[in-house]
Amino acid sequence: MAKVEDRAPAAAAGLNDDIGEATRLRLYRIQVEIREAEQRAFDLFLQNLVKGTSHLSLGQEAVAAGFAAAMKSGDLSFCTYRGHAHTLARGVPIEKVLGELMQRDNGLMRGKGGSMHLTSAEHGVMGSYAIIGAHLPIACGAAWRAQYKGTKDVAVCFFGDGTTNIGAFHEALNFAAVWKLPVIFVCENNLYMEYTPIGDVTAVQHPAADRAAAYGLPRIVVDGNDADAVYRAASAAYAKARDGGGPSLVECMTYRHSGHSRADPAKYRPEGELEKWKARDPIKLYRERLKQFGIADNVIAEIDADVRRRVDEATEKCKAAPMPPRDILTKDVYADGGFAWRN
Amino acid sequence: MAELTYRDAVARGIAQEMARDPDVVFLGEDIGKAGGVFKATVGLYEQFGPLRVRDTPISEQAILGAAMGAAMTGLKPIAEIMFSDFFAVCFDYIANEFAKSRYMSNGQLKCPLVVRTGNGAGSRFGAQHSQSVENWCMMIPGLKVVAPSNPRDVIGLLAAAVRDPDPVIFFEHKSLYPTKGEVPDGEIVDALGSAKIVRPGKDATLLALALMVPRALAAAETLKSEHGIDCEVVDVRSLVPLDTQTILGSVGRTHRLFTVEENPRLCGWGAEIVSIVADEAFYDLDGPPVRITTPHIPLPAADILEDVALPTVERIAERVRRSLEN
Repeated sequence: MAKVEDRAPAAAAGLNDDIGEATRLRLYRIQVEIREAEQRAFDLFLQNLVKGTSHLSLGQEAVAAGFAAAMKSGDLSFCTYRGHAHTLARGVPIEKVLGELMQRDNGLMRGKGGSMHLTSAEHGVMGSYAIIGAHLPIACGAAWRAQYKGTKDVAVCFFGDGTTNIGAFHEALNFAAVWKLPVIFVCENNLYMEYTPIGDVTAVQHPAADRAAAYGLPRIVVDGNDADAVYRAASAAYAKARDGGGPSLVECMTYRHSGHSRADPAKYRPEGELEKWKARDPIKLYRERLKQFGIADNVIAEIDADVRRRVDEATEKCKAAPMPPRDILTKDVYADGGFAWRN
Repeated sequence: MAELTYRDAVARGIAQEMARDPDVVFLGEDIGKAGGVFKATVGLYEQFGPLRVRDTPISEQAILGAAMGAAMTGLKPIAEIMFSDFFAVCFDYIANEFAKSRYMSNGQLKCPLVVRTGNGAGSRFGAQHSQSVENWCMMIPGLKVVAPSNPRDVIGLLAAAVRDPDPVIFFEHKSLYPTKGEVPDGEIVDALGSAKIVRPGKDATLLALALMVPRALAAAETLKSEHGIDCEVVDVRSLVPLDTQTILGSVGRTHRLFTVEENPRLCGWGAEIVSIVADEAFYDLDGPPVRITTPHIPLPAADILEDVALPTVERIAERVRRSLEN
């Protein structure tokens, strides 16, 4: 534990200690775990052990960590194809995620979903959706159920800046506002939809927040590379939703360090942009933050080492895991477990 | 026993299921206070209240997405898409989302929901409000697809759809809404995947769905009285699951197969059935299977044109007669 006198630098810097050490360490751990697991996924892709496509959240870890740390266990996450981070942040074992990326039998969905569809219902991860915007209305439905049953659970829906220009985004925002649903829409604005800058194809500067007024919602823009800022915005949105105050739309400004997907070397970025954002790397920022609050270097190093060890162990388990058996091919098309469409 | 219209049967079927299970909820455009644009949901808002019968904005993606999210988390939603033609603006949910989530999640997610929709021609509404689009849904693994032809089946199949653990697309035929039929008192629950022989016969099997069932029956009467041809008429009722046994059994007795389909010709449901019969009952057949369909055209608005586009009683009877006389 940090000693009282170690907290002096934070106080001197005028930093607010509203979050507390335990949560800060958790925020850090989640971010490091996402970073290490995503980096490993990339390495395994280079070794041809991760097949298909994959969309990494390198550089965007603070958004996933901030929202996950503010969640309660009954809350439900809805992710996009860039969903590894949000899945891991809910406590889904690394092995299950890497196993699915490697299309092994130990994967979350035994290879039937793949990187873009990570789902772990027992952890509240109600699917990752690969059609832009599709999951915003679906999250509304989960929020409707919570409202109808009076459970106080909140549905939270993560998506990229590109999603703000598709119809389902606008249908869902209006629907949620009219029905006052306990749902949070989280836009991770990483400046690029796929290869094209979002600003080149959007009528407003902030693609999500500048549309909030159209649905009677407040304009919220957050530093998405600062896990504390995200955590605070998330906590306020959860409290509002649980209180019957309806939906929130939160735009988190961030940046992806890699390309859109594994096929994209991201050569469209202007010179110096990546370096500028890497100087504000959320994990680097948060390490400094922890030090400002008097967390000892060895505590941080222990978290780093522990996460690395767990990613290594998960990788070895996945490499040793069998491929899925062929007989699952025709299972679970229908609720009877099979795929029969005729008698 | 009471005589009920097809549209009143819709409301009675929904009410039967909502009264039975508080997790059954209903959403759609104009379905609540207005009682539905086809007046098929009159009284439900008053009986079950605004928390269970919810009017939505004109947002078909939000309607089906919300139904899916509610179904995934434990409710049993019935969603209305006013015209089946509008499936085209929310097809992502039908084709990509609730049909596939169980499979993609390796069985972790479920979507027990019903999408009710007004399908079919006869209202002079033109090409974007008149289509028969059962085949759009039939081809998607993970969906079940039903289309009742009479008030009793509306209630029985709707109840089966609501109680089914899979997503079910429920096609109501707009031109059948005013038609009447005898409906027994008390709860009615059918099984999905059962066809019904609605007229026994020995010379030919006519397979029909929804509005084409009464037309096939009328054609069968003409064929009998004017030509002595005794047709068996089978109401297919459920395209997925498909009651292949009833169909093959009928063909095995009559040795001739005709499908009567409202959809435009290409890839209509009858094509799949003809393929099954060709594969599994080829040597039962005394002649080539015949598909009687709407031509490969968008539907026109003018009554005189729309009337000749769909299979008519006269066209059905003439086509059967010509085939059997050759």
